[in-house]
Amino acid sequence: MQVVLSAPADPEVDERTEAEADEATLADTPWQTIVWNDPVNLMSYVTYVFQKLFGYDKAKATALMLDVHHKGRATVSSGSREKVEGDVARLHAAGLWATMQRAS
Amino acid sequence: MRFVAVLERPEASVLRGLMGQVEQMLTGRGAESPDDELAALTGIRTGPSTPPDDPVLARLLPDFASSGEEDADELSAALRSVREPELIEAKQAAIATVLATCPPGGGRVELAPSQAEEWLAAVNDVRLALGVALEVTEDMPEQLPADDPRADHLPVYHWLTWLQDSLVTTLTA
Repeated sequence: MQVVLSAPADPEVDERTEAEADEATLADTPWQTIVWNDPVNLMSYVTYVFQKLFGYDKAKATALMLDVHHKGRATVSSGSREKVEGDVARLHAAGLWATMQRAS
Repeated sequence: MRFVAVLERPEASVLRGLMGQVEQMLTGRGAESPDDELAALTGIRTGPSTPPDDPVLARLLPDFASSGEEDADELSAALRSVREPELIEAKQAAIATVLATCPPGGGRVELAPSQAEEWLAAVNDVRLALGVALEVTEDMPEQLPADDPRADHLPVYHWLTWLQDSLVTTLTA
């Protein structure tokens, strides 16, 4: 069960155009860490690694693991190029198949 | 929280043997690093910029950039040469912990949480190596037909899976 806490957007405050908003999001999160499915890594282990490396709770780590398993890939973190590069390195050290790419 | 296991002599022997094989492959790869006078002066090591030809090593040391993305090859080459030496070292350190704590003749293994973490990483690398060598698929059966050349090695893979899962269970308990 996911609880989403959000207030309805206030049209007076939210004056940015869609293009500006997209640009801001792109600047905030220009890179993504992708984990790819492979036939060897255990579901329990992948969930454990996501919790350990990223501090995700068990529900979020499990959901990401299931995405990897069923969809073949999942975006597990995002941020600056340096941050994502470090995340990919730590995932490689843990034996997961991870790559980085620009957020689309 | 401590992880405690009792390994039979053949289990310890197989585990140590596989660890030794992966360690040798990693050491061999590490020795391919270009000799660089600048690296000797600055202490900043650089590794090769191309992925290993060997499929097992290629799985243990993957590319950084998603293939097909813009400039992926250049990015992977640059990051590999910067990052690969420390990745190899981390994997070697995890293997060294297993070899230091797993009695060659089998017996009781007792691990502190940090050691169990290193076992987890090293056992996973050995499973990955064996998985590539045995061409393991998602729906790998418990047993292969006797005439399959992989049939004798598959039980080892399944045993490593059991060991890995036990370690995860202990560390998340």
